[in-house]
Amino acid sequence: MSKEKSELSLSSRLESVEEAAFEAEKFARQSGFDDDALNAIDMAVRESVANAVKHGNLLDETKRVELTFENTSNGFEITIRDFGKGFAVEDVPDPTNPENLLKANGRGILFMRAFMDEVEWSNHAEGGMLVKMLKRR
Amino acid sequence: MAELNITERQAGDITILDMSGKVTIGEGSIALRTTIRRLLGEGKKSILLNLGSVGYVDSSGIGELVSSFTAVNKEGGSLKLLNLTQKIQDLLAITKLLTVFDVYDSESEALSSFS
Repeated sequence: MSKEKSELSLSSRLESVEEAAFEAEKFARQSGFDDDALNAIDMAVRESVANAVKHGNLLDETKRVELTFENTSNGFEITIRDFGKGFAVEDVPDPTNPENLLKANGRGILFMRAFMDEVEWSNHAEGGMLVKMLKRR
Repeated sequence: MAELNITERQAGDITILDMSGKVTIGEGSIALRTTIRRLLGEGKKSILLNLGSVGYVDSSGIGELVSSFTAVNKEGGSLKLLNLTQKIQDLLAITKLLTVFDVYDSESEALSSFS
């Protein structure tokens, strides 16, 4: 029997990336998503949690990364919240521009957009960044 | 067990790194960085990365491949890729890096491309 919603709170450590991906994959599998969708969800969750841990919470282990997974009529909905300073997604340079191609960083957001059907970034009312992602069924 | 295992072989002046596992944020990316730095320190500047057994790469891993590529180029050498899985090919296509890297499916073709 699949659950409709699951919540997860993780510390700001790189190991949390693996844990979040494992839980997301498990929840999505129980919700009946196929292997392609599971791979996409896995990739997007890893990238978003890595961003939250590293760039949002700046690896400060006293700050949490909060996730929700929800199986809705739209598909698989994921939220990821950090407790950092936030950022404007439109200020992040496009890594596919020729002048950015050889940069070592900055491709996580591109991957999240490529693998999910919808991704939105907003500043949480109580601080931090909130990312909402949707994978349609 | 390490996230990324790297085995080194030599074919003339060319160093082949047979990689297996994951090139991801943290350990996997660091293992690749450390190996490339050591090879450059030893004067080994012709490097072929065999990615055939790499099952997973994230954006950090792609960034590490790019850093390796630029580090080797800076030393006047060249770094090429061998045996990309479909998944890695897709990631390099999304990031428009397929045009940056020299990519081969055959080891012998890859080796002769260095000369």
